[in-house]
Amino acid sequence: MTMRRPLFWLILITAGVFAYLPLRGNNISLREDLILVAVAIILASNLNLMIGYTGYVNFGHIVFYGLGGYVGLYLATVRNWNLVVAALAAGLAVSLFAFLLGLAILRLRGAYFALATIGVLVAVQAFVSNFDPWGRSTGLYVEFTSYESLGGPVRALWITYFLVIGLMALSMILSLSIKISKFGLGLFAIREDEDAALVLGVNTTMYKSIVFSVSAFLPAVAGALMFFKNGMIDPSIAFEFMLSLEGIVMLMLGGQGTVVGAALGPGLYERLRAYLLTSPKLSNFHLVIAGGLLLLVVLFAPGGLIGWLYRLVPRSSEVME
Amino acid sequence: MSGILASMIDGLLVGSVYGLAAMGLSLIWGVMDVINLTHGSMIALGMFGLYELFIHIHTNAYFLLIPVIAGGFVLGIVVYWISVHWVVGRSQLMSLLSTFAVNMMVIGIGTAIWSTSPYNVNFSLEGISVGKYTFTGNHIAAATSAVVIALALELFLYRTRPGKAIRAIADNREAAELMGISSVAVLTIAFGIGIALAISSGALVSTLFPFTILSGATYQMKSFVVTVLAGLGKPFGALVAGVLLGLLEGAVTPFIAVSWIPLIEFGLFVVVLIAFPKGIFVRASA
Repeated sequence: MTMRRPLFWLILITAGVFAYLPLRGNNISLREDLILVAVAIILASNLNLMIGYTGYVNFGHIVFYGLGGYVGLYLATVRNWNLVVAALAAGLAVSLFAFLLGLAILRLRGAYFALATIGVLVAVQAFVSNFDPWGRSTGLYVEFTSYESLGGPVRALWITYFLVIGLMALSMILSLSIKISKFGLGLFAIREDEDAALVLGVNTTMYKSIVFSVSAFLPAVAGALMFFKNGMIDPSIAFEFMLSLEGIVMLMLGGQGTVVGAALGPGLYERLRAYLLTSPKLSNFHLVIAGGLLLLVVLFAPGGLIGWLYRLVPRSSEVME
Repeated sequence: MSGILASMIDGLLVGSVYGLAAMGLSLIWGVMDVINLTHGSMIALGMFGLYELFIHIHTNAYFLLIPVIAGGFVLGIVVYWISVHWVVGRSQLMSLLSTFAVNMMVIGIGTAIWSTSPYNVNFSLEGISVGKYTFTGNHIAAATSAVVIALALELFLYRTRPGKAIRAIADNREAAELMGISSVAVLTIAFGIGIALAISSGALVSTLFPFTILSGATYQMKSFVVTVLAGLGKPFGALVAGVLLGLLEGAVTPFIAVSWIPLIEFGLFVVVLIAFPKGIFVRASA
């Protein structure tokens, strides 16, 4: 069913282009730029499942990415697991954690849930900073020999790149297939009116917990791969609040609740951020500009870029889901 | 044993400052149903506001609270018109995100000016010694200031016409408008007062502990915990709940590392929200 949608093929083509471009001419700097865009798309797409589909703001989405990184790195280095197996195990573990956490905090409605997610971020960071097996505040390092099993560091970096691009495509396909499924309709019903959804027979608590745990899986796998690629992890880079916030800005910019918007926003925002960070005058103000952008979108274009496109070309909604 | 008692008294004093911060959050939340995520950055601005005044005017730091509060009120009105006015009554997602956007901008500007290195206000009052324990003058003065400000707010809300108008709008906005109360003016004033409270608590914290531009986030989290403990829209209850949180922190700090406190606060937040959704001062059935 998903495969009949034109967008499905568009996603695969995009992922193919992403994978091919840096290969041509062995362009390392382009690869590093694109991997950041891919990670941003993974984070924003999965965040979209909560914010856009279900109407629950998650300020602590980065927790899944960071925890995935920790579990993955721990398994891959301390326990010497294969990278892919370790990343998948990290994804599953973090999903389970999210499911259990969701059962508790998803009893909270709307804004209360949003506040609880800020608390989750602070609490998880506090926990990891005090947790001995994960190196407390100094974190974990990847031994150079860990890259040997993937055929040396150079090959390892390319392998993680292709894996992350694969995750990016998977994130968008996941968003698309949830959107056109009955499960997705249930989520939209919760977003519009949770009480009405409950009366109509949507098992809201279960739906919310499931989507919360689903939204944790791919970011956690991506976290495991990215922190393995970077070679180290510590509590302040793993749970960087800023990245959690930027995820929200990107999503709102692109258009929350849409599959394409959740990919377009990060793509644009990463370009903008790269420009801001390299420009000497503006690098101090990148937070200010991101905040200003978010404010403008919220006040004047709550549908984001895609919402604006829908109004301009109503027929576009048939392709740009 | 007496060590714990001393630590709890200290916690009680600091807790009244937490309570003051939470009063600001609670007032705005109760009156316009907006969760003010600029709260943390406003607390941080209060810290730096007092710091900047203090290095230019050498006087008792607690006298400088008055200009800081006045500045906070004006800033609150500005923030209201930039980000809040347009989203009052729209879905909570929008007001969360719009106040959050202002928070990012303030933190961004603050980081550009003060970087993220720690500062402190170099001012101390003589303390009171009981046996081998000393309670610093700053803790006592900060707690006293917090209680005075809280009482002033209570008087304002219950004894003056604008205060009564704020409570009327909080109770039932439409009915209040039909009685001829201008809701826009009232919301503006309420938001200004809420921010002034956040800023004054930040100023008080700056006389107690070192701070950075990012410190506001810690106190914002405490304010959330205190607000849900007290129940929404009960400013004076927030002060009492703040003192309770301070007592709790004072009671546990002799036993565990300070870095665990966020975890405890978060646990408390979730448990209270689920078990006592209307705050601990109301029976769950009521």
